[in-house]
Amino acid sequence: MTRTASPARRSAGRTGAAWTVLAWLAGLLFFLPVAWMVLTGFKREVDAASNPPSWFFTPVLDGYRQVFDRDITPYLLNSVMASVLSTLLVLVLATPAAYALSIRPVERWRDVLFFFISTKMLPVVAALLPIYLLVQDLGMLDNVWTLIVLYTAMNLPLAVWMMRSFLLEVPAALIEAAAMDGADLLVTIRRILLPIVAPGLAATALICFIFSWNEFFFAVNLTATRAGTSPIFLVGFITSEGLFLARLCAAATIVSLPVVLAGWIAQKQLVRGLSMGAVK
Amino acid sequence: MTTTSTTGADAPARPAVRPTRPDRRHRWARRAPLLPALVFAIVVTQLPFLFTLYLSTQSWNALRPGSREFIGLANYATVLTDGRLRAALLNTVVLTASSVIASVLLGLGLAILLDRRFPGRGIVRTLLITPFLVMPMAAALLWKHAIYNPSYGLINGILGGSTDWVSQYPMVSVVAALVWQWTPFMMLIILAGLQSQSLETLEAARVDGAGPWQTFTRITLPYLRPYLELGALLGSIYLVQTFDAVFTITQGGPGRATTNLPYEIYLTTFRKFEYGEAAAAGVVVVIGTIIVATFALRVISSLFRMEDAR
Repeated sequence: MTRTASPARRSAGRTGAAWTVLAWLAGLLFFLPVAWMVLTGFKREVDAASNPPSWFFTPVLDGYRQVFDRDITPYLLNSVMASVLSTLLVLVLATPAAYALSIRPVERWRDVLFFFISTKMLPVVAALLPIYLLVQDLGMLDNVWTLIVLYTAMNLPLAVWMMRSFLLEVPAALIEAAAMDGADLLVTIRRILLPIVAPGLAATALICFIFSWNEFFFAVNLTATRAGTSPIFLVGFITSEGLFLARLCAAATIVSLPVVLAGWIAQKQLVRGLSMGAVK
Repeated sequence: MTTTSTTGADAPARPAVRPTRPDRRHRWARRAPLLPALVFAIVVTQLPFLFTLYLSTQSWNALRPGSREFIGLANYATVLTDGRLRAALLNTVVLTASSVIASVLLGLGLAILLDRRFPGRGIVRTLLITPFLVMPMAAALLWKHAIYNPSYGLINGILGGSTDWVSQYPMVSVVAALVWQWTPFMMLIILAGLQSQSLETLEAARVDGAGPWQTFTRITLPYLRPYLELGALLGSIYLVQTFDAVFTITQGGPGRATTNLPYEIYLTTFRKFEYGEAAAAGVVVVIGTIIVATFALRVISSLFRMEDAR
């Protein structure tokens, strides 16, 4: 995203300043709800529910303490397990598949590629009932592994498309040269492909992690207390009565933090990941 | 999906002679790395639909054990004649279309604002993408309680008044929360498009005497079209399945004002336990999706060719 300034895009003078102010205002406006969430998390419950809203207050950790007292930790651990393991599984399945769709393509690779993307378009809600019944039959309700398998299937098309776009960037000459030198497949993969696509693997992992961490639909319908992930911890707040806003905001901040931080750090990879490799 | 599902099992023009052994082995060697992912995707995503198809022909309410029987297409008749599904379909269209359109337009505006150098551009960009990164469930709760609440919500706190936003404007409330989350996504894709535009073209337009507005409408917008399409398409794929926001902010209400298809099917399955009807509704949704997705795939496909040609 960094680019040297060009005369065409550097507007000077007063209009330039006006655009800058406008951009900053837009940024702050979009960020306001997030800022409000973080601030409210540090308030006492009475201050959190005040009208007019209080902007200045002595920060306290009551909200956070209550959230941990109500045992958010197992939910967070389930989320970590479901998203990390499903992400690893996705990479293990998607990377060889992407290889077979780019560097040494199978015949009709285009059809295969579109088959993968079409599974992403199917509404998950139509698969909920059979999956629920099947999972129930297997005795796998409220089990993190159920989520791991489903999240892997959910992210697989994305990962195949992304990894393919990264593998396509490996210069063909490089692979040919390795083959001429008599390097076998594994050596080629380890010495040539991996170093080049490592950033791509990281970007793909990031996107898969984000989507599984935030997933709610399967989690709410297939898990309960044992395997509930972090969004499930939040469900109790939907119909809360009384003073709970500070607690809610503290919990919302905690569960959002991993993805927000990951997204901030990997901003550049985000675009490419979200567009499945189509936009660079 | 059935439209494009082929495993690449046989080549279009099969040679008259049976392929020699090494040749066949060679082809399977190529396919081998693909197979685990392909098999996994088929088993986990396609087989459940066959099961849905079967369930949709059963009269089966889980609350009445032993009442299960084959009733042919009767569930479809129920689903299609009952007003609930039609209402849910309409709500889904309204919800998806308005969120996608609003977030694409806002995203375009923001992308244009960010497509120049100014002090703190990196920070503004970071602030802008944050809403997309907040967990959707957390975001929905935040909007419901901290922003829309009539007595202590942020909107009434700043503007005054005691409007109950969620019950008076339910659809707008849900859409606003979704637009807030999805605008950054659109902005990122459109911004990437803007930044890949060649500066020479813009410079040439300026030299030829085109004003900024003319340059924008005649050159930039047509250039951005594939990016706008891609953003709208991906946004629709996700937003048509909106569940968290409806489940949290309105629970589909008041009445059925914001019940979309995912939420309606969820209710049929887990509140009314009408498994047969839920399955039939699911099949109807899948057919609708296939029709829409055929167009969507065409868009992706054209983008794809463009990328190949580059």
